[in-house]
Amino acid sequence: MTINPQGQQDKYRGKISQRVERLSPSGIRKFFDLLASMEGVISLGVGEPDFATPWHIREAAIYSLERGYTMYTSNLGMPELRELLSRYLKDTYNLEYEPGGELLITVGVSEALDLAMRAIIDPGDEVIMPDPCYVAYSSCVILAGGIPVMVPTSEENSFEVSAADIEAQITSKTRAILLGYPSNPTGAVMPKDKLKQVAEVARRHNLAVVSDEIYAKLVYGVPHTCLAALPGMKGQTILLGGFSKAYAMTGWRIGYAAASSEIISAMTKVHQYTIMSAPTMGQVAAIEALRAGKDSVAEMVEDYNRRRLVIVEGLNDIGLSCFEPKGAFYAFPSIKATGMTSEEFAEKLLIEEKVAVVPGNAFGKCGEGYVRCCYATSLADIEEALSRIKRFVDRHC
Amino acid sequence: MLKEILKILEGDARITAEKLATMTGTQVAEVKKLIKKAESDRTILKYKTMINWDKVGDEQVWALIEVKITPQRDVGFDAIAERIYRFPQARSAYLVSGTYDLAVLVMGKSMHEISDFVAQKLAPIEGVQGTVTHFLLKRFKEDGEILAGREETKRQPVIL
Repeated sequence: MTINPQGQQDKYRGKISQRVERLSPSGIRKFFDLLASMEGVISLGVGEPDFATPWHIREAAIYSLERGYTMYTSNLGMPELRELLSRYLKDTYNLEYEPGGELLITVGVSEALDLAMRAIIDPGDEVIMPDPCYVAYSSCVILAGGIPVMVPTSEENSFEVSAADIEAQITSKTRAILLGYPSNPTGAVMPKDKLKQVAEVARRHNLAVVSDEIYAKLVYGVPHTCLAALPGMKGQTILLGGFSKAYAMTGWRIGYAAASSEIISAMTKVHQYTIMSAPTMGQVAAIEALRAGKDSVAEMVEDYNRRRLVIVEGLNDIGLSCFEPKGAFYAFPSIKATGMTSEEFAEKLLIEEKVAVVPGNAFGKCGEGYVRCCYATSLADIEEALSRIKRFVDRHC
Repeated sequence: MLKEILKILEGDARITAEKLATMTGTQVAEVKKLIKKAESDRTILKYKTMINWDKVGDEQVWALIEVKITPQRDVGFDAIAERIYRFPQARSAYLVSGTYDLAVLVMGKSMHEISDFVAQKLAPIEGVQGTVTHFLLKRFKEDGEILAGREETKRQPVIL
């Protein structure tokens, strides 16, 4: 029982919903707090680009403020943005989405994911997802009243989820498959043939597939396959994407969902009661990104690729075996050789060498034994971090 | 491959051949060979350091000089351009379109030194019709670098 400032015992307790109470508080809160109190830390723990948003995009947003674009937009998002997005999906994947009813602009993919889950899940429905995966997936399912069902993936299979493993988890309660490739935290990219097999399973069992493709543009030497573009998959796919990672626009909070009009109108219902419309300034910036952002993205991807090669080789040289991530901006080295758990490793590394990485178990059971290192950091910092990690591993192995 | 190596070196000339090999997925020996060849055929002209001399209080005076010239038979602008750019004071020289012909960047220790150079060396050259001298007052950005400083990364230390 807590004592309030008036010196009375505070009796207002136990009012948190079970649903929220049950959500695992991010297990590494303690670690974050420790990190926040330290100075001189090189952080490979981030999940966003180190580039600021390209200037032409920022400048377009500034101009929009000067012109007074400060009001709500339509619930679905600005018509011009949806038009451009529709054209972009057509040009990139040959997918046709009707801007007037099959596209919804959201507050980042985070909101789109939440909406998708709330729109399709009834209490007790199961959603299958790969383990490890992005931290919000299982929580979004639980918040929507569903049950996350994890399908293990492993380094031996390049963290690609197998169709057979998914099929083995399907029950009468299964409602959807939730995929996030290119993957945060592993950097894995699903090859087309393997994705096709997953699509077949989804079709056979009539399951929706929610595909979070926020890292679609960040692939290195391999193509990204859009799930919705596979034959016969557009109808049952909820495609999620956004501007945060590719255009270095994380703080603008603009994402989108593309799906059948039935699903989009269901998602829009929730969206209009909870969000109204995505930030107007961000939408204007997204318009500029789609119109003229191609070159900036290509430049950033080239840059990430060089850092990727440096960090992967560096980690392997240190003795932390690291499979080659083909997408996103994360390396996911194994720390099993040190005999530590991923949390121990991350905490000790932070205290002893002031390098922050994210323990793999934050992303699911199968992430244990690994740490996530983000290489969207300057080359100089990556090299310094590598030399500190080497010192650390040499000392403990 | 060479293009990729050159692009990286253009951003940072100190990157080692070993690191270049990693970044481009090439053998170290191959990288060294390509660089050597690029140096010898003057694809790589030189390695230099960009310095903000204001920081060390070393005053340099720069001027952009517009030069209008009469082209000559057979050689066009080239012969006069060469007479100009061979002066060490001329740090860069370009043939440009528009109302004048040559744009010459000149560096000196004082305005006086530059005006002497223009008046005594450049303007009297045969074929030079006239010059307009613009002294540089403030440098904001040079070769892609903003002199006031780079934008700091304003990130939270950990984001999942």
